[in-house]
Amino acid sequence: MSRPLLEVDHLVMNYKTEKGDVSAVEDVTFTLHSGESLGLVGESGCGKTSIAMSLLRLVAENAVFKSGEIRLEGTNLLALSEEEMRQRRWNDISMVFQGAMNAWNPVYRVGDQIREAMDLHFRPRLSTAESNDRIDRLFNLVGLNPAMADRYPHEFSGGMRQRAIIAMALSCDPKLIIADEPTTALDVIVQDQILQELKKIQAELGMSIIYISHDIAVIAEVTDTIGVMYAGKLVEIGPTSEVFARPRHPYTFLLLSSTPSVTGPRRKLAPLEGEPPNLLDPPPACRFHPRCPWATDRCRTEEPKAEDIGGGHLVACWNWQEVPEIGAMIK
Amino acid sequence: MSQPLVKVDQLTKLFPVSRGMFRKPIDFIHAVDGISFEIAPGESLGLVGESGCGKSTTGRMLVRLADATSGQILLGDADGSDDLVDVAHIDGSDMGKFRRRVQMIFQDPYESMNPRRTVFETIAEPLSVQNIGTLQEREERVSAMLKLVGLSPPETFLFRYPHELSGGQRQRVAIARALVLDPSFVVADEPTSMLDVSIRISIMDLMLKLADEFNVSYLYITHDLAVARYMCDRIAVMYLGKIVEIGDTEEILGNPLHPYTRALLSAVPVPDPSFKKPDVQILGGITKAINPPARCRFIERCPFSQAICEVEDHPPLEDKGGDHYVACHLVEKTA
Repeated sequence: MSRPLLEVDHLVMNYKTEKGDVSAVEDVTFTLHSGESLGLVGESGCGKTSIAMSLLRLVAENAVFKSGEIRLEGTNLLALSEEEMRQRRWNDISMVFQGAMNAWNPVYRVGDQIREAMDLHFRPRLSTAESNDRIDRLFNLVGLNPAMADRYPHEFSGGMRQRAIIAMALSCDPKLIIADEPTTALDVIVQDQILQELKKIQAELGMSIIYISHDIAVIAEVTDTIGVMYAGKLVEIGPTSEVFARPRHPYTFLLLSSTPSVTGPRRKLAPLEGEPPNLLDPPPACRFHPRCPWATDRCRTEEPKAEDIGGGHLVACWNWQEVPEIGAMIK
Repeated sequence: MSQPLVKVDQLTKLFPVSRGMFRKPIDFIHAVDGISFEIAPGESLGLVGESGCGKSTTGRMLVRLADATSGQILLGDADGSDDLVDVAHIDGSDMGKFRRRVQMIFQDPYESMNPRRTVFETIAEPLSVQNIGTLQEREERVSAMLKLVGLSPPETFLFRYPHELSGGQRQRVAIARALVLDPSFVVADEPTSMLDVSIRISIMDLMLKLADEFNVSYLYITHDLAVARYMCDRIAVMYLGKIVEIGDTEEILGNPLHPYTRALLSAVPVPDPSFKKPDVQILGGITKAINPPARCRFIERCPFSQAICEVEDHPPLEDKGGDHYVACHLVEKTA
């Protein structure tokens, strides 16, 4: 198999605070190949956005990379100078942030704002005619009328603004797009339209996308691979269809069992007891053990490492074989 | 059907669109436009739709946080003994009595509580406003409520401030505050949409359990059909101020008839990658109903619209059998 586009290798990242170090990303490893899509799912504070920000090196000032590497086509991004990293952003990796649709500058035309990004990052620089042509094509690609490029942000609806953000993210032909809750603030019909659009664009242009969402159903719809995060750790990762059909980590299992669905039989949902831990002082060994119904003594003393259980499906749990089948519940 | 607990008749709310301070408004947003529905004692009705469809305005009118422009809100007793009384325009002491019977749970547990009041003060406030019980009786009642909503032992929560509670715990306090007067009807506006998945189910389960114990009816407002399915006996789908479809939950989800309901349903993400969704495309996004023409509200986004939809007024809700009502001229043709 060819070299992956992105390799995140035993990444450890902490936030320094007055009360001590917050263990936000703890020993996370995954790879992503060209043209693939990966979803990271988890609850607030599980570290999924910290990973996204780490990939772009746009982390908060108190963030410290303790160890590990983030390699894009073999280059360790964490070892680059600030200027080298700046050149990578937008050209190699671009992003669609949560609520980005509200980040447009209200006094500039949308097309001009996209042009500004291209002027700063696209090399060799484009002439005005070339960039106009490019903006037209981008707008068509994301399902906007190219004439809208001359309009101001307030003339766009929320969904249209988010489409324009996606056009901007695509403007420098990135190899990787990070979409952090790209549709969370949108209504369900617009969300569906945008997710389908992103899927179509990805198939057309062949770039990779990392989706980050708290909504496991959104991840189910758009990704090839799903990674489940809990309290800073990646607890399960594998092909999306496989993980949904046979979740092996207790957290994934409980997350799926507590997600209501409009399809399938109406069923009682199993609540996840307790609350996520305080990452200033995470539980020892397996971080999920205080909430886990299958926890044993070993889980409290010895940390489970990610184990390949076949077909690229990795689980970090001592007792994954104890977790019941979910198939009967979901279908 | 026995006597309903809540009967809403032609309820309407218009918001004037300002044209300047001294000019008479001539344009109105038809936020809620002549909707009617009933809720039986102990039943919960889900009100679903996109942002701006009027679902929250409806909820606010039912608890009298917004005044209806026209129409009736008839309220009965939980045991169905008394006659229905129109509460849309009551005030004064009638309003006090009304608040004992109708309460609300808000969406954002961070904004719906006074940060300077302890949990005890927050939950006991309805009791003191209504002059119920002595201080000691109130303390007992609040402790009992805390236990009921799963905040135990109560002593450890009574004197905490909201900032010392997690989002899930705050929402439990909000539920305790809403139920402390033993109301018969509670409007819940997206009570779980700000919470994480793992907390969400426990709050929904708690609300279901308490609905049973207190025999309370919910109007459960949500944009999430999957949540509505879990919580509600019946579902009403709203679009631009109109109810376009209403009926039994499983009937609506299993046999959606209105093109909008079908589009909404097909857009809901399904937590199962092997599920093939029906592809129902509708056009564009939701708009605002400013002085809308009398014709069908949905026509601009409807992929099936025909000449009749242009010329006729917005269709009334019609019974399609099995207590399933739809407002569409073309149901037989598009089904």
